[in-house]
Amino acid sequence: MRRIGGIAVACLLAALVALGLAGCRAEDSLGRGTAPRPSGSVAPIAAGPAAADDGEWRMPARSYDSTRFSGLDQINAGNVANLKLAWSFSTGSLKGHEAAPLVVGGTMYVVTPFPNVLYALDLTKPGAPAKWSFKPQPDPAAQGVACCDVVNRGAAYAGGRIFYNTLDDHTIAVDAATGKAAWNTRVGDINRGETLTMAPLVVKGKVLVGNSGGEMGVRGWLTALDAASGRLLWRAYSTGPDADVLIGPGFKPFYAKDRGKDLGVSTWPPEQWKIGGGTVWGWVSYDPELNLIYYGTANPGPWNAEQRPGDNKWTAGIFARDLDTGQARWYYQMSPHDLFDYDGVNENVLLDLPVGGRPRKVLLHPDRNGYLYVIDRTNGEVLSADPFGFVNSTSGVDLKTGQLQYVAEKRTQLGKVVREICPAAPGAKDWQPSAWSPRTKLLYLPHQNLCMDYEGVEANYISGTPFVGADVKMYAGPGGKRGEFTAWDPVARRPAWKIDEDLPVWSGALATAGDVVFYGTMDGWFKAVDARNGKELWRFKAGSGIIGQPISYRGPDGKQYVAVLSGVGGWSGAIVAGGLDPQDGTAALGFVNAMKDLPDKTTPGGMLYVFSLP
Amino acid sequence: MSRRDPVLVVLSVLVVLVFSAGCARKPPSPPPAARELRVCADPNNLPFSNRRGEGFENAIAALLARDLGATVRYTWWAERRGFFRNTLKAGLCDVVMGVPTSFEMALPTRPYYRSTYVFLTRRDGGPAVRSFDDPVLRRVRVGVQLLGKDGANTPPAHALSRRGVVGNVRGYTVYGDYRQDSPPARIVDAVARGEVDVAVVWGPLAGYYARRSPVPLALTPVEPQIDLPFLPFVFDIAVGVRRGETALRDEIDRVLERRRPEIDAILDRYGVPRVEEVTP
Repeated sequence: MRRIGGIAVACLLAALVALGLAGCRAEDSLGRGTAPRPSGSVAPIAAGPAAADDGEWRMPARSYDSTRFSGLDQINAGNVANLKLAWSFSTGSLKGHEAAPLVVGGTMYVVTPFPNVLYALDLTKPGAPAKWSFKPQPDPAAQGVACCDVVNRGAAYAGGRIFYNTLDDHTIAVDAATGKAAWNTRVGDINRGETLTMAPLVVKGKVLVGNSGGEMGVRGWLTALDAASGRLLWRAYSTGPDADVLIGPGFKPFYAKDRGKDLGVSTWPPEQWKIGGGTVWGWVSYDPELNLIYYGTANPGPWNAEQRPGDNKWTAGIFARDLDTGQARWYYQMSPHDLFDYDGVNENVLLDLPVGGRPRKVLLHPDRNGYLYVIDRTNGEVLSADPFGFVNSTSGVDLKTGQLQYVAEKRTQLGKVVREICPAAPGAKDWQPSAWSPRTKLLYLPHQNLCMDYEGVEANYISGTPFVGADVKMYAGPGGKRGEFTAWDPVARRPAWKIDEDLPVWSGALATAGDVVFYGTMDGWFKAVDARNGKELWRFKAGSGIIGQPISYRGPDGKQYVAVLSGVGGWSGAIVAGGLDPQDGTAALGFVNAMKDLPDKTTPGGMLYVFSLP
Repeated sequence: MSRRDPVLVVLSVLVVLVFSAGCARKPPSPPPAARELRVCADPNNLPFSNRRGEGFENAIAALLARDLGATVRYTWWAERRGFFRNTLKAGLCDVVMGVPTSFEMALPTRPYYRSTYVFLTRRDGGPAVRSFDDPVLRRVRVGVQLLGKDGANTPPAHALSRRGVVGNVRGYTVYGDYRQDSPPARIVDAVARGEVDVAVVWGPLAGYYARRSPVPLALTPVEPQIDLPFLPFVFDIAVGVRRGETALRDEIDRVLERRRPEIDAILDRYGVPRVEEVTP
């Protein structure tokens, strides 16, 4: 977490050597099924058979463009009211279930929170009995390292294998038919505070994996592994010298402030980039035409901004990188010198949109800082940035410079009481992914409406060392609601409609060709709403709060199904899954204060629910 | 045998303890059970504690237990985020041997020592530093301990950044690399090696490792003791029991009082620098 040890250096060298070799093997049979389509089609831009839907769901975002759009339309706004539970499956875990199930052929794959069991369920048989389970038995000590519950955000399928990460830093390839491990690569170290919670993206024979653990002084990275062997191909750090960040001659950031040598070192106090955060625990998207991947980096560490003057590159920003080499193409920093824990890891939805009257290749990025960014994904130019939730910590984004405008009186400083910082640390929206419908041209955003106070000073103690910190408390933002579900029109740059929710909406969203949008609430309601106007059409009460990612698939019987994991937890639900003390409002970094009533509204327990029309 | 992952061992021990604790209740009329003092502690955090019982908190726990006619039973848990929640508050133990008296997650006994952050320098050729306001701090390389992102940090990190002493400051994480012995001690090595000219370190850590350093090191308590309006560098350290367990607290208070000379002797042996009690 601090210095790069000799082993890490060796790994890096190995990675660089591997990188050279990897360039030669352009094609890999493991890319089958998710291979890029011939260019020429206008929308959707990325791979993924959205036009003629194959009914499968091979990665949490469904397709490389991360739209989470199902082309199935048997279930539609007219008949969704008849949706019924088809079958269910208990995961046996009481922790937060943030994952998306996968469906490939006649099998569904479900990965649980720690201990990260992978289940294969046989969809060809009544009740979908388990075919096999794979138990990686991760190191129990990893639980003590994870900051915010022991979640896992899902697996990915490619070329006959399921790829996923375990909390104790292993990436594993499992044979999708037999449930036997094909390879198992340790990519990080819990002893240095690293864990893995993100779902990998598998593209063209590469498994893309990034680390978690910013609150432990970890240095963030994204790594590409060879899908065939598990060998490390390249690793791109989020801080440090250009050589570590994989910044070379091909790096052409749009804004001048991002140009210069070794900015990952010079925008920090000496040596502090080594513990600077910028972990990569969110989502990766891929544009096959440009052969670029897109992902966000987390906030800089430590949280106290006074200790790290400078822009703290390359944290809290978006990287575009060449898939084959990992070399950076451009970077844009949403929150330079982040003050509020606004990680930049949220999803990047790749679309072709008319902006200013002409078609642009864009990415939509709803950031924790509360702005919905529309960025030209070929060069990193911010085309628009508009608040989709309530924001007072900043006053906007200067589109000429790309600079976020901080509001002076909301700057946090130890000993200074700062009230009503909005959004709070989890942002206007956290990891929970949005969905895009090419039919309505709306982005469906599950998000929260929370503010926070920095008050006084609290004595604390860790590893024998006393320290002091601000007493952070979160609570509902304007209107008294803690969550919102927003349908955002990125061309008109405003919401088409919004649904108020009492609790933060911590689940993913799903959009379908039946013009129905699905999401879940933390008190356990799974809801279907009309994609065009947000009118609620159907709801089902699950056994536990929902923070998972809903999916839709066509079963072997030809019917359309909708599936979601319930099982409350995560950072927002830690009060239930972790049994935290409601008296201690500052627990879970102050989130508990906003969620004191959650234990009265739901109980823990992982359960998969699958729905269909009768 | 190669070193096992200490945390894994801790967890395995823990699981065994939990199960055995559950079984212990079953016998209908057991012989009068010997009293146990259940202590939660970090297995790799000298000078405070380690699994081999070599820390001063281990020694003081043994002393407490002896006085109470009890035996010590440890639950080992790396003292990181969630330590108090997962150990003391979860009922896995009755005491944690070191907590600041102003700490909210436990009920503190009366303090058994008061220590201070110190400026740690090389005895030969190191800069003379007494106060955070000393201009030399702007010219030399300064090491401080840093924490993660929960809006919290060590008092010296705050004091230096507030004075704009930032560019010449190097951070060392309190967490460190848990594969190494006593991960927080790296900052002391950094002074000895000359990586920094002065480090601001919590007294017990500095005192213990300074005595073992191959390079002679000097400790100077920081000034001011409280950086006005509120930033403290001196902390009273007590034994922590679960909130509400006042009977146990009172009992331990009496032992701490009775055993004061022995406790002081232990602290001396470990080189824990102490600040004189200030009577209000």
